[in-house]
Amino acid sequence: MNSLLEIKNLVKNYGNYTALNNVSLQIPKGSVFGLLGPNGAGKTTLIRIINQITMPDSGAVFLDGEPLSPKHIADIGYLPEERGLYKSMKVGEQALYLAQLKGLSKEDAKKRLKYWFEKFDIASWWDKKIEELSKGMAQKVQFIVTVLHQPKLLIFDEPFSGFDPINAQLIAKEILQLRDEGATIIFSTHRMESVEELCDDIALIHKSNKILDGKLIDIKRKFRTNTYQIGVNTKNPNEVTNLLKSNFQVFPADFKLFGDELIFNVKLTNNQSSNELLSLLSNHGEVKHFVEMIPRANDIFIEAVSKNN
Amino acid sequence: MSKLQLIIKREFIAKVRNKSFIVMTFLSPLITVAMGALVYFLMKKNDEKVKKIVYVDESRLFLKEDFTDSKTVQYVDFSAMGIVETKKRVEAGDYYGALFIPKIDSLEILATSIEFYSKDSPGMSIMNSLESKIETKFRNKKLTNLGIDLDKIASSKIKTDIKMFDFSGAESSKLVNGLKIGFGALSGYLLMMFVIIYGSSVMRSVIEEKTSRIIEIIVSSVKPFQLMLGKIIGNASAGLLQFLIWGILIFILGTIATSFFGLNMTEMQTSGISPEQLEAAKQAAGADKMQLIIQEIMRLPLLKMFVLFIFYFLGGYMLYSSLFAAVGAAVDNETDTQQFMLPIMLPLVLGVYVGFATVINDPHGPIPVIFSYIPLTSPIVMLMRVPFGVSWLELAISMTILVVTFVFMVWLAAKIYRVGILMYGKKPTYKDLYKWLKYKE
Repeated sequence: MNSLLEIKNLVKNYGNYTALNNVSLQIPKGSVFGLLGPNGAGKTTLIRIINQITMPDSGAVFLDGEPLSPKHIADIGYLPEERGLYKSMKVGEQALYLAQLKGLSKEDAKKRLKYWFEKFDIASWWDKKIEELSKGMAQKVQFIVTVLHQPKLLIFDEPFSGFDPINAQLIAKEILQLRDEGATIIFSTHRMESVEELCDDIALIHKSNKILDGKLIDIKRKFRTNTYQIGVNTKNPNEVTNLLKSNFQVFPADFKLFGDELIFNVKLTNNQSSNELLSLLSNHGEVKHFVEMIPRANDIFIEAVSKNN
Repeated sequence: MSKLQLIIKREFIAKVRNKSFIVMTFLSPLITVAMGALVYFLMKKNDEKVKKIVYVDESRLFLKEDFTDSKTVQYVDFSAMGIVETKKRVEAGDYYGALFIPKIDSLEILATSIEFYSKDSPGMSIMNSLESKIETKFRNKKLTNLGIDLDKIASSKIKTDIKMFDFSGAESSKLVNGLKIGFGALSGYLLMMFVIIYGSSVMRSVIEEKTSRIIEIIVSSVKPFQLMLGKIIGNASAGLLQFLIWGILIFILGTIATSFFGLNMTEMQTSGISPEQLEAAKQAAGADKMQLIIQEIMRLPLLKMFVLFIFYFLGGYMLYSSLFAAVGAAVDNETDTQQFMLPIMLPLVLGVYVGFATVINDPHGPIPVIFSYIPLTSPIVMLMRVPFGVSWLELAISMTILVVTFVFMVWLAAKIYRVGILMYGKKPTYKDLYKWLKYKE
């Protein structure tokens, strides 16, 4: 079995509004799966269906080959985007309560909480009330509660919101470690740089339809434009510019080098190779910068969404 | 521990640990008893002040015995001083008021010509007492004039006391009737209070989960229905605990207060009952009737009353609190609850009004019977009727309707709840709620 979660032809309507239109997805075991899409695309509905908070009108979800049922609640950990904790309840009691609701025994929950609280260096918060904590502190507690019962499937919806860069890095590291320990992670976010950093696979949902999915690297290949950023130090910039323009498609560039280089974005046609461009440049100056423009998740997102509008 | 138990435990502890709960639990009985003691104290003080009333009798009809002093009123004969001087004295502030009986031969005319002067307008009880004194005097005078012997009239007075029986042949007393009314009213009132206090506490608890945004985390672990049920039961347990503590505290404090003020407990308890019942009680307390009353209380369907009390109390509370939970789920904050509260409060208040207005006069009349079938009013009205004896058939119909409605309402409320808890933003209309009901799970 290659995929942990299999989503088949999900349809969900709210009255006349279609939130999900025949969406199918395969989420590979042991991967970080980026669930992307503009606001209101249907991501939250999909996540809620996986969590059995709402039921689909038609279609099915399989976890580890079995149709999703209430016994799977303990196999899933969910950190919703709209999250909070009981304000007047103490941190420790609250974490214990939420862990027990996920099916852990009190003793187990206590042991594991102790481990995580020490790992995050927050053991002293145990008897504090949530209302005494800052937002970032509460987020840490929430992260722990989400992963505490060691679920096979973890769903993080905007996990970094409310964290400073240091804590965000800490959480990102934990997410990758959980993946390495065997967990499968669905990761929903609007922060494309964390998609680049964390995701192995992505799916893009737009206006209730899936418009794109697959390995991130394959998708990038598909969106490749064969464009190179070049930077060269030369004594005859005009001559080099004319030479480039007569041989290649040349676009003005906006990346930053040291400032005294001649910079361009150069697009190659299918029968031109990067070596041709490189040798032309090295014959007329010193090549300082030569990089293929790999499409960023951000660009892919914008392009795919605007194409489907 | 099952998830439902976990939720109940959390709700119970969250409620009981709350500062306002603790304050309410221990302060309310104190305030209740203190208020009672204060009212009693003030009443006593008020009664201790003796009012002096002077009278000027020009008709020479009245004797000193006709104006016998009471604990609170003293009469002084000023006939010798004349009305003008008397008025001056009263105005100077020494006396409460002056009664002036002019000299008129015809009793009928005299009866409407008597005047009373006072600085402040006199209390109703004083005027009633004066009028009745004068009326008695005039009636006796007239009877004597007609040649009727007053002693004969007095000896012809017969004290009537109709003994009441039911068809099982047992004798009942009026006092027990009063006790039945008291029991019915108390249980109906208790239920209303409980629904209002703990129903809205369920609602607030739902709103809290929505505003703190923990709800989505919780419903990814438990079914919304479990959560709703856990809340309803958890809050009810906290409420029952509070009622129990109140009962115990009021009993203890009441005992202390009574011994402190030297206040007679039976006097306090009977003060709310009408004079006839009071009289019945006094008679009963005096003699062999006491035994009858105890017998009769024992013969009241106590077990039936207790079982039905539990049934209607829980049934009524569960029915209403599931509606409160649905309202809490539908809105984002407490101020938005108003429009949905009215349809809930209306039948509740109606039940209490109908109960107090009709059950007391005629517990088996058509109106109380109908309202003890209607599910939203039946818990209150039926609880009030139960002590008077309600047939098993009626009970069966009423209980069946209540249970069916309860199941239906909980199902309905759970649907609204399930959708509502994840909805934020716009305050829903009734039309929105109807739409939510049609959503597939």
